[in-house]
Amino acid sequence: MSEPEAPKDDAGIVAAITAAVAAREPLSISGNGGKRAMLRPVQAARGLSTRNLSGITLHSPAELVISARAGTPLPVIEAALAKHGQHLIAEPPDLGRLLGITAPATLGGMVASNLSGPRRIAGGAMRDHVLGARAVNGEGTIIHSGGRVLKNVTGLDLCKLLAGSYGTLAVMTEITLKVLPAPESTATLAVPRLDPAQGVAALAASLGSPYGVSGAAYLPAAAAAHIPELGAVGEGVALARIENFASSVVYRAGRLAAELTRFGQPRLVEDQESRAIWRAVRDAVPLTAGEEDAVWRVSVRPSAAPGLVHALAVMDARWFLDWGGGLVWIAAPAKASSHQAITAAATAAGGVWMLLRASEALRVGLDVLPPPSPVLARLTRRVKSAFDPHGILNPGRMYAGV
Amino acid sequence: MTVQPEPKEEVLARRKEIIAGLKDIAGERAVIGEPLRLRAYETDGTPSYRQPPLAVVLPETTEEVAAILRFCHANGVRVVPRGAGTSLSGGALPLADAVVIGLMRMNRILSIDYADRVATVQAGVTNLAITGAVAEEGFFYAPDPSSQLACMIGGNIAMNSGGAHCLKYGVTANNVLGLKIVTIEGEIVTLGGAYLDAAGYDWLGILVGSEGQLAIVTEVTVRILRAAEGARAMLAAFVSNEVAGAAVAAIIGSGVIPVALEFMDKPAIHACEAFAHAGYPLDAEAMLIVEVEGSEAEQDELLGRLEAIIRRFDPLSLKVAATAEESAAIWKGRKGAFGAIGRISPDYLCMDGVIPTSQLPAVLGRIGEMSREYGLAVANIFHAGDGNLHPLIMFDANDAASLAKAEEFGAEILKLCVAVGGCLTGEHGVGIEKRDLMPVQFSASDLDQQRRIKSAFDPDWLLNPSKVFPLAPPPVLKAA
Repeated sequence: MSEPEAPKDDAGIVAAITAAVAAREPLSISGNGGKRAMLRPVQAARGLSTRNLSGITLHSPAELVISARAGTPLPVIEAALAKHGQHLIAEPPDLGRLLGITAPATLGGMVASNLSGPRRIAGGAMRDHVLGARAVNGEGTIIHSGGRVLKNVTGLDLCKLLAGSYGTLAVMTEITLKVLPAPESTATLAVPRLDPAQGVAALAASLGSPYGVSGAAYLPAAAAAHIPELGAVGEGVALARIENFASSVVYRAGRLAAELTRFGQPRLVEDQESRAIWRAVRDAVPLTAGEEDAVWRVSVRPSAAPGLVHALAVMDARWFLDWGGGLVWIAAPAKASSHQAITAAATAAGGVWMLLRASEALRVGLDVLPPPSPVLARLTRRVKSAFDPHGILNPGRMYAGV
Repeated sequence: MTVQPEPKEEVLARRKEIIAGLKDIAGERAVIGEPLRLRAYETDGTPSYRQPPLAVVLPETTEEVAAILRFCHANGVRVVPRGAGTSLSGGALPLADAVVIGLMRMNRILSIDYADRVATVQAGVTNLAITGAVAEEGFFYAPDPSSQLACMIGGNIAMNSGGAHCLKYGVTANNVLGLKIVTIEGEIVTLGGAYLDAAGYDWLGILVGSEGQLAIVTEVTVRILRAAEGARAMLAAFVSNEVAGAAVAAIIGSGVIPVALEFMDKPAIHACEAFAHAGYPLDAEAMLIVEVEGSEAEQDELLGRLEAIIRRFDPLSLKVAATAEESAAIWKGRKGAFGAIGRISPDYLCMDGVIPTSQLPAVLGRIGEMSREYGLAVANIFHAGDGNLHPLIMFDANDAASLAKAEEFGAEILKLCVAVGGCLTGEHGVGIEKRDLMPVQFSASDLDQQRRIKSAFDPDWLLNPSKVFPLAPPPVLKAA
């Protein structure tokens, strides 16, 4: 595919989509294109990028909102927020390393893929904080949903549908997010020498405590070895993060450590070291996915995670758990047989899965998301048609033929 | 008065047959067809709208709901879903030719899992009953609408209900993980489950807040959270709305997000004090209730920080609760606000606009002017942290002109909310009440896109019709 067209304003996006409709030629939709390696490849001769729709259009720290055009690089937004002591609540991952790209993710790309980091367990997903969006649908019509206020139940919440729709419904051009003050302080309790079942139980105890745990991950020994801040643990380790005011972090970490001693002797990791650990967890560094590996993300009931990873033991797979066990990151050789085994194990555990990274050849022939039931498949097609009746926007990105 | 669509004559003519068909599905005792008994369902929490339905059916299982919907769909009968009937936007108002499907008999808690921190309940379980079921283990269900004693989780899903504590814990949409729904065709579909990220399009996100337009919800899986160690409130009184508004901005800007941040204006303070004798400052123009959570020491620290901020705004008075009892006393007036207004004026409209919080003083100033122009008293209660404004407009329901004026006043307030960058409704929903105001907030294209989603789920527009969207022929989707 040639270099995508990258208009500088909404009118340019409208014109590009209108032209594509007239020509009946589908468009591959992207921001900086970093997530092309995710999900199914789009068969389109032309591309349309939002990367030139850039810039923060509103930041009102005392109202906890920020608006930016969709192509704004995420680091630009994070820096603007940091100036006012604020942050993105869902802690979106930087998948640059995992996906082998250098260009930063755009706001639009991150919302369109609804990817959230460790704080999702406490603060919600990217989609939870999308207050409003402007977008161009597959007929070249500009639509708005939501607004710039924190509470809004006026009409159907199209923002939720657009978040996580990977550009298949409409091209978002501007997005407003709820943001929050970044915590004053942070610390992590690392409970060593736990097997997966003990680890998830320790995380459940942490998350079921009144101390506001905002990160809960379990790393098997091989994964833990790739986070230097953890030291040489040599066995599986459960990690519970507390973020709060400085005095509260001291208090809560102390109380939680006392509750966790029944699982092992927790070690306190503070400040910068704690932040480094969670950056690594956020970006799936402990997964150590090799070049030849494919990567899956499985969303599952936390208590089912130990059984799921036990089922992976027979294959050449690396994994770790986030979200208290509710998110399983898996890397394994990029083969259809790995995919079948992993998705079967995820399904058997009652979870849902996503093939996050694989060679194009592999992705084109496989389901990258669980196939929907017949009724949901029909609703998927009808909702797609409601936004994009001519099938112009990112066709086949999520499901073949949609 | 809001225009309703003409009833379908062919449906009215087949009334007996339809009632018999419903009885075949759900049993004799689950169907109400007698005019006198139907009166109980003619309105909801918005009694200025009334219309008895054709019939009411009270199913007990998802399968019965599915069979009822299949029957209604096959017979072209409109359907109005109903939970506890507490809607403040007329969301459960029947139509003369519609069957009301009441979910109140589906009131079982199906499972509670503390390790995974989820509970699955039927749609007719009350909001507070979920918290009641898990409180023993120190857990709670976070969204806490004022009607939580009565309102049902199915209705909370429909309206994406909030509450005073959603500044910290989010609204219904942020706390729902799974749904069992029945489509208008009578198909049962499970969406999401006891895990955080569901697959495919965000079905949960579009269903929550869809006001019964897309499907009927029969089961809900929610997150349950461990409660904080404790909570305590403080009360601060100010010389003007402007100063109180500036204090709110300073609090949020400081990095302290209280678990609740409630604002009351002078008429609201006086009404609540006369009713609850909570010790509210009658000399104040505006008052804030600020609540924090944590251990005793953490509460002290946070309340100390907040006190230091508030002192910068020369409060008329500042009372920091020393105990849970004192905290309850501070909340007592606010929690009784609706009863308090009801004592002054038996009839009032509770509006529900949202504004950018920076606009608060200007908006309250303009509402005061409008109150004088319309000759109707208004008291303002405000979830100040998230900009959700509840003006309570007092009127006399025995005087049709007074009601009409109150409705017009309310509509003008909502238009003002939109004009300053806000929206028509923050937690009550559009329902019938704000249906015809939708073009104030949305362009024709915006509304058309929403209406097409409605058509995607409900091509014949049989589900809760004549709500949310201004009346117009349904859009037809390209075959998919």
